[in-house]
Amino acid sequence: MKIDTKTFRFTDTGSFGSKAMIVGVIGLLASAAGYLVNSEQFFHSYLTAFVFWVTLGLGALFFTLIHHLVDAEWSVVLRRVMESTMVTLPLLIVFFVPIAFGMHDLFEWTHVDVVAGDTLLQGKAPYLNTTFFLARTAGYFLIWYLLTRALYTRSIKQDTSNEKGQTIRMRQISAPGMVLFGFTLTYAAFDWLMSLNPHWYSTIFGVYIFVGALLSSLGFITLILLFLRGKGVLADKVTVEHYHDLGKLIFAFTIFWAYIGFSQYFLIWYGNIPEETIFYHTRWAGSWKYVSMLIILGHFIFPFLMLLTRAAKRSLKVLAFMGFWMLFIHWVDMYWVILPSMGAHGANAHHGFSLSWMDLSTMLGIGGIFVWLFWKRFTSQPVVPVNDPKLEASFHFVNG
Amino acid sequence: MSSQVESAMTSSPKMRNALVLAEFADVKALLSAAEKVRDAGYKKFDCYSPFPVHGLDAAMGEKQSPLGWIVGIMALLGGGGALLLQWWTSAVDYPLIISGKPLFSFEAFVPIIFELTVLLSAFGAVFGMFALNKMPRLYHPIFNSDRFRAATDGGFFVGIEAEDAKFEVGQVKQFLTVVGATHVEVVEEEMD
Repeated sequence: MKIDTKTFRFTDTGSFGSKAMIVGVIGLLASAAGYLVNSEQFFHSYLTAFVFWVTLGLGALFFTLIHHLVDAEWSVVLRRVMESTMVTLPLLIVFFVPIAFGMHDLFEWTHVDVVAGDTLLQGKAPYLNTTFFLARTAGYFLIWYLLTRALYTRSIKQDTSNEKGQTIRMRQISAPGMVLFGFTLTYAAFDWLMSLNPHWYSTIFGVYIFVGALLSSLGFITLILLFLRGKGVLADKVTVEHYHDLGKLIFAFTIFWAYIGFSQYFLIWYGNIPEETIFYHTRWAGSWKYVSMLIILGHFIFPFLMLLTRAAKRSLKVLAFMGFWMLFIHWVDMYWVILPSMGAHGANAHHGFSLSWMDLSTMLGIGGIFVWLFWKRFTSQPVVPVNDPKLEASFHFVNG
Repeated sequence: MSSQVESAMTSSPKMRNALVLAEFADVKALLSAAEKVRDAGYKKFDCYSPFPVHGLDAAMGEKQSPLGWIVGIMALLGGGGALLLQWWTSAVDYPLIISGKPLFSFEAFVPIIFELTVLLSAFGAVFGMFALNKMPRLYHPIFNSDRFRAATDGGFFVGIEAEDAKFEVGQVKQFLTVVGATHVEVVEEEMD
């Protein structure tokens, strides 16, 4: 792996992409076999993996939007990494196709007989019905496609022209883009995750998923940068100052995650309404309790203590570990949201959690393809936005 | 009024050297001067610029501020205090069952714990910062210099104070000229 230090273009992209693709294909083939063995397990594991990678892409989209909106300087040097992640997001619509066919296994509200005997679900039918559900999902991906494309094409155009206009144009797109981002992420979280327990509702749920999304993509971006650094790409350009800022963001959003997670729990605990408390009851029963505890410890207390000091945020070793950790714990979080509702009337909740090999194969399957597509996109353009007016300042950025 | 007192009032007060103030042309000169002053072993000196200069702390050899520890201790006090307060009021001193929850329901206490943690941390950060900067300080001899007014505008200064163990007027003046000052002056203050 090598880049031209003048043009910042890859002269040798290495074998990383093809390795990721091989992992992805093997994972998908194994998962397909898993579908034949146990379709219900397959669909739940698959949805977990799908949501994991979609949220990772969404986190990168948010990072790009906020970068433009606040006219950030320090993050210019990592803009291409987040842009390439975000622009891979709309392609994941392909992976939604199996979910569309597995709705009967996943979503209780698609069962006509269940809805017929359930007043609540009849009331929700105008929203929770197959046609509207699929149309909404198509809509989310269409918005994500248009938004990421609008930002990405301008970013690439900027590389070959010296006009300042592109920076301003990207900022103008980001303002309404942020509103669209907020709505689409929230409703996607309602549709794909919250409707797994169709009686349950939590208005803060979208924010909860958003924080996990941002944390996982910060972890991903950190790992990609450290990987490039190990190969000598951008090693002298992305300095400890930039990693320090990534550490600060992971630290800050860890606290925000706890704030939102607790807010959701707190109001449900206080209100004590059965339709609401069921979510936490099932996740505190049997061995699910340990998963819940792992999330409290691993999603908040552990990263909080790990990244509390300045020295830790500036240590590349600590950040490499925390990058992996944020990806891992975000997966656990998605697993914790999705898997308890597996089985008729959430039978899985009563039996406790049991990991399946399909949890791994679906993650590797979708993940391998995601990383391969990301890598193809990333290596096709200069690794930094070469004509961004703030690039030079970003190289020499120092924390105050 | 006796003539003795009169003469004491009109005669100019006794002055002493307070610091040597050196002006520098730009940020670069200021940074390099700060490094040289640090390396020369001066301890009681400060740099003045109209805007924050990145890297100046390191150039001056400033150690990491202990402010983080102050904030951390205040955070623990705030959080712990809030927990104790709520435990005492809700579960011991005036026990009331509210919506069938246990008397000691930590969930209900979390918002107050959080708020007081943040509040005392903020107090610790702001007032700790004041204290570490020795503020409020109503007088500093450096303001006796007219040139120093430019520090809020376009001037970059290094001031080495007379309290420094290595301070010797002639040497300091010469040293600051050698490290690239465009103008060096001795600032005096009245003796008490």
